[in-house]
Amino acid sequence: MRKTELYDEHVDLGGKMIEFAGYQMPIQYPEGIMKEHNWVRESAGLFDVSHMGQAILEGANAIEFLEEITPSSFSGTPNKKSKYTVFLNENGGIVDDLIVTKLADDKFFLVYNAGCKQKDETFVRKKLAESLTFRPLMDRALIALQGAASEIVLDKVLNLGEKGGFGSQEYMTLQEVQFEGGDLFVSRLGYTGEDGFEISIDGGSAAKLWKAILAHEEVKPIGLGARDSLRLEMGYPLYGHDLDDETNPMEAGLGWVVAKANKIKYENPKRRRVGVELIGKGIIRERVKIFAIDGSEIGVITSGGFSPTLQKTIAQGYVRTEFSALGTKVNVELRGKLLEAKICSYAFVKPRTKQG
Amino acid sequence: MEAEIKENLKYTKDHEWVEVVGDIVTIGITDYAQSSIGDLVYVELPEVGGSFDQGADLVIVESCKAASDVYAPISGEVVEVNNAVVESPGTVNTAPYADGWLVKVKAADVSQIDTLMNAAEYKEHAAE
Repeated sequence: MRKTELYDEHVDLGGKMIEFAGYQMPIQYPEGIMKEHNWVRESAGLFDVSHMGQAILEGANAIEFLEEITPSSFSGTPNKKSKYTVFLNENGGIVDDLIVTKLADDKFFLVYNAGCKQKDETFVRKKLAESLTFRPLMDRALIALQGAASEIVLDKVLNLGEKGGFGSQEYMTLQEVQFEGGDLFVSRLGYTGEDGFEISIDGGSAAKLWKAILAHEEVKPIGLGARDSLRLEMGYPLYGHDLDDETNPMEAGLGWVVAKANKIKYENPKRRRVGVELIGKGIIRERVKIFAIDGSEIGVITSGGFSPTLQKTIAQGYVRTEFSALGTKVNVELRGKLLEAKICSYAFVKPRTKQG
Repeated sequence: MEAEIKENLKYTKDHEWVEVVGDIVTIGITDYAQSSIGDLVYVELPEVGGSFDQGADLVIVESCKAASDVYAPISGEVVEVNNAVVESPGTVNTAPYADGWLVKVKAADVSQIDTLMNAAEYKEHAAE
């Protein structure tokens, strides 16, 4: 099993290590998922996401290539602007979801899921034009600082000097910053719904930056458990659970990543991603079946759990389109029993990112 | 931080504890169990009056990450349940041997207690 550059830090901090996507990662630290979750919502949390894939795509026609393998448009995208998008297979199914940042017309920075690294790299290489190179950044770590206090902490840790503070960095943009003689990619984005940053850094310097950020009392380390509950509250999909090769962006509620010209390719989706709210008590999780009131099976939960912010069960899943209207009454099957539930928005908690 | 193990209790290999007073057996999960499960967010208790065989599913406890079964350490009839932990599941984390108890069972056969581990045996089991 692989370790990230920050493995020793996790162990020193008392992280409970589990296997995730072939890496030993902290599921939680001694305070536990609930407190970690709330800390990110109240102050700021630091996540090691170095297991994720990072790569540079470079060369002539990079824009055309990205527009071929994703449904998004990149021609009008300003430099240093990041976009959330998906890789699509021949059938329009989602190979992975990822962040693409334009560094120049012929140079893009890609960040993709740990569990899809091999698949994505094979997918990209298979289609790669001769004018392009695709270079996974194997030696780089990735650290996410998420929460309202992120900006003031980062201002202290990474002194930008004449450039001013991070206050002027817009949501979904990247800036290159120096730290210990190396180049950092600091992107203002994340997967928690809070304001925050993801920092790509040379693996050898990662522990130093990790410690420097954690030295601030506003920041605590956060494990994968809270990372999952944070994104679930926002209704963000998790690949391998809420998205897969058989799911197209329209079904997944990701029509907004699809450029206008490409929308026509999708017929009206037969099923849609929805939020599911339990009327009574209980916790519904992945693979729980969803039934119409007449007893017919209409869908399945793809992720669910307890929301520390709302103090109740939240879930998302897919149902046949005719049952996807908000407020539709359904039943879910939990341990052989049918429980009353209703369709709701999967965005359970409002995002507080820098610009909505 | 080492998990607390109480001297005067009996234990199962699945990390339940029992306290025996006459033929009434109080059941909970151990400090080791609550710590490995993580923050509890949901507890489903059986109905009072229900009968369970030793080893049957008795209680469901759920953390942010997963659901776990609590098995009946001995056979018997449920005489009381701790509804307070349904309202605040976190009590099982903070006081697993006290306010975080789960169920009281009237034992069908008190001699089944002898099949359980004592504190020293459980300590060894939990360290494995």
